[in-house]
Amino acid sequence: MTALIYPADAKVGLELTVNGERRVGEAETRMLLVHFIREVLGLTGTHVGCDTSNCGACTVVLNGRAVKSCTVFAVQANGGSLLTVEGLARKGRLHPIQEGFWEKHGLQCGYCTPGMMMAAYDLLQKNPNPTEEEIRRGISGNLCRCTGYVKIVEAIHYAAQKLRSDPSWRSGGD
Amino acid sequence: MTEVPVIHGMGSAVKRKEDVRFIQGRGTYVDDISLPGMVYLDFVRSPCAHAKLRSISTEKAKGAPGVVAVITGKDLQPLGLDWIPTLNGDKMMVLPTEKVVFQMQEVVGVVAESRYAAADAVKLVEVDYEPLPVVTDPKKALEEGSPIVREDKRTNHVFHWEAGDREATDRLFEQADAVVGQDMYYQRIHVSYMEPCGCVAYYDSVKGTLTIWMTTQAPHVVRTMSSLITKIPENKIRIISPDIGGGFGGKVYVYPGYIVAAVASIVTGRPVKWVNDRSDDHPSTAFARDFHMRAKLAAKRDRTLLAFRVKAVSDHGVFFGDANPSKFPLGLFSICTGSYDLKAAFVEVDGAYTNKPQGGIAYRCSFRVTEAVYAIERLVDIMAHRLGIDPAELRLKNFIPPEKFPYRSVMGWVYDSGNYAGALRKAMEMIGYEELRKEQEEKRKRGELMGIGISSFTEIVGAGPSHTFDILGIKMFDSAEIRIHPTGKVIARFGTRSQGQGHETTYAQIIAQELGIPIEDITVEEGDTDTAPYGLGTYASPSTPTAGAAAAVGSRKIREKAKKIAAHLLEAREEDVVWERGRFYVKGAPAKYKTIQEVAFAAYTNHPPGMEAGLEAVHYYDPPNMTFPFGSYICVVDIDRGTGEAKVRRFVAVDDCGNIINPLIVDGQIHGGLTMGFGTAFMEEISYDQDGNIYGANFMDYTIPTAVETPKWETDKTVTPSPHHLLGAKGVGESATVGSPAAFVNAVVDALWPLGVTHIDMPLYPWKIRRLLEEKGYALDK
Repeated sequence: MTALIYPADAKVGLELTVNGERRVGEAETRMLLVHFIREVLGLTGTHVGCDTSNCGACTVVLNGRAVKSCTVFAVQANGGSLLTVEGLARKGRLHPIQEGFWEKHGLQCGYCTPGMMMAAYDLLQKNPNPTEEEIRRGISGNLCRCTGYVKIVEAIHYAAQKLRSDPSWRSGGD
Repeated sequence: MTEVPVIHGMGSAVKRKEDVRFIQGRGTYVDDISLPGMVYLDFVRSPCAHAKLRSISTEKAKGAPGVVAVITGKDLQPLGLDWIPTLNGDKMMVLPTEKVVFQMQEVVGVVAESRYAAADAVKLVEVDYEPLPVVTDPKKALEEGSPIVREDKRTNHVFHWEAGDREATDRLFEQADAVVGQDMYYQRIHVSYMEPCGCVAYYDSVKGTLTIWMTTQAPHVVRTMSSLITKIPENKIRIISPDIGGGFGGKVYVYPGYIVAAVASIVTGRPVKWVNDRSDDHPSTAFARDFHMRAKLAAKRDRTLLAFRVKAVSDHGVFFGDANPSKFPLGLFSICTGSYDLKAAFVEVDGAYTNKPQGGIAYRCSFRVTEAVYAIERLVDIMAHRLGIDPAELRLKNFIPPEKFPYRSVMGWVYDSGNYAGALRKAMEMIGYEELRKEQEEKRKRGELMGIGISSFTEIVGAGPSHTFDILGIKMFDSAEIRIHPTGKVIARFGTRSQGQGHETTYAQIIAQELGIPIEDITVEEGDTDTAPYGLGTYASPSTPTAGAAAAVGSRKIREKAKKIAAHLLEAREEDVVWERGRFYVKGAPAKYKTIQEVAFAAYTNHPPGMEAGLEAVHYYDPPNMTFPFGSYICVVDIDRGTGEAKVRRFVAVDDCGNIINPLIVDGQIHGGLTMGFGTAFMEEISYDQDGNIYGANFMDYTIPTAVETPKWETDKTVTPSPHHLLGAKGVGESATVGSPAAFVNAVVDALWPLGVTHIDMPLYPWKIRRLLEEKGYALDK
């Protein structure tokens, strides 16, 4: 039996839905999804903060689940549906998570913020009414060095409340 | 009368202007910059902490797919760029030619068409190392016969520095009724900004211009230094510091990556991007603290604190790179008498070179103030426990009283203002101090370990007055340039560089306050040396104390000219014109007025004959003194006798940073600083084994707090304005990092004091506490 082995730098054509739009691009088989998002798709809102999957700055929602895009190969996303920070707002209207982060001073340097918001997005999809404890655990894979998290927790609480009271934000978007 | 517009001036908790882009993923950080034809730089790094370079073979790498250049120290030598000056008058290696001096040091730069190709080719460079004896302990480094780290220095001794009055201190120690002493190690830590260091460098050979987009907190100083070193004229160098993903002092330094990227661009004629991986960044960029102290405190029987002394050894790694003012080799450590009215103090410090990357980052701290606060706050606590009195009581008895301000400390600093007892009493009230002490007593009877720790810190920030403060000769002023457009909208540029502190909002608020123009109409820009006025940059909390003051003075200059124009428009004498936020009117007739916007339009369309057109001002602010923020923090911990974990139950922080520009931002700064202090106290440390192998090289091994461990901070304030600052503000960015570590440690030691524990060095890992509990026969097993 022969396994189908691509050389690491062989290029593969990809097609996926990104923030609701169909996008195509080429990636080396070894290319990380985060580099594909940033450098091929040109969406630089997703950041890289480490190389050990600890910091979560690169968190995106892939096929409805939050993933650290530094730990996924671009080819694994082929045919999938991707939501990045750029896709959170709808028709010029900020997503309640974005609103919450702004309102509650949930960010300072802004570097961890997109990943943090995408982790919050995932959390609130699964658990629309989280306790403080659940929020803290829900974002424990995302490091922030500026805020001390208390205000991020408040921001996510704010968003949860908004999302519960405004069903127009339910489902879709990715 | 028309309505006065909401301007969001001083004191408004307005939402931040900069957030609009950050929450939508539209910030521009260095790695977001992409230029046509750009290539990527990566580094071969040393596996050895100290080794001779026998040979470097780059042939295979040069032939690898996509590689466009390979750069070694030998290539930099003819350019005079193999070594460059540090910010402290020492020099640092860019790429080695003879030997490597710390593990993970950059050895060879490889430039290729993609990040991946560069990383591939790095593996093809062959370096033959001959290991040399290593020294990582600064005390051993200072001993006779230790391996020499720097041949050019022939000694590992960097400096000996003293401050205070040795004889007077000795005398008071002899007369004292009680003396306590403690050896303490303030461990080596990394600032761990979320965005690793990097740059995009582009040398345009036609224009002869070098542009570097760079993760730097001090773009202007970098430009001047670059010009002096490379002889490229300063007008042909442009440093752009775009959005910065956290700096905390770590992005003041110039690292080899920036230099090699610039050289690579000159060599290849193409833009070159270098961005550190985290696992490269942690072990090769600069570190903070790493400070070994022996501290002693003397008191009289009546509990009056008399004198303080510290003898310390500071580890500076291989290069003395501390971004300190040149007259202060150990920064502002002499603030170590803290909040107390002492009669004498004396400190002496020896600096050592070791086989570690350069140290001495003023990590969210004005140059060693953190170590100073830790020393005095720990010792005051130990003294209180020794004397058997409450630590709060001993502090309240010995604080500098409010009526003594401005207060000249025995170290020569003139504290601007303070009400230390006010802050401590407020914190005690908030946390319910008396009840907690009762609870603690009850728990002790039941064998439960609960501790309460206080830290009543005094900071010194806003460096600083030009008669005393400079970096490599450049005075530590900062600047603002404010320009009012004809329609009354504003562009304001500053010499500072925000790394998350919210300058775009706070500076706009200051200008709004002074000129009555709403913050929405004010654009704030920083970080581009081609457009911003010269300034030192943002470190050591200078932004509010210096650039903020510059904004106020600049605005007032504009107001003076505007008043003349208003007089012209109102056909009145200038002295009869009255300013009320946002408008001018003739005395006694407030109904007839000209708004600042109308005046701005007239400055370009209808200015008085003989007057220069336009409405703008530049101001370089030289502060008359430092500012001295302060506060009192109280921490409550419960210790698990099984695991040894010290859990922070509550933490109350009462800060006093004078008048507040934006309460939301101030609160955010305090929360962030407390979390960093928490990380320092409980989990962060970079250590080395005897061969110079690093422990803590990335986020797997160097743990910073996550949302799960971080306590829920409780903050409040007192307000004691600075008398010499135009806005009465003092700055707040660093208070909590500086003040909080002692509170955590004091709390844990307070819990363990009855067992005979007087001190534990940070980080207070559960295993350290568990081991102590075992030694004292107090550990529980399941």
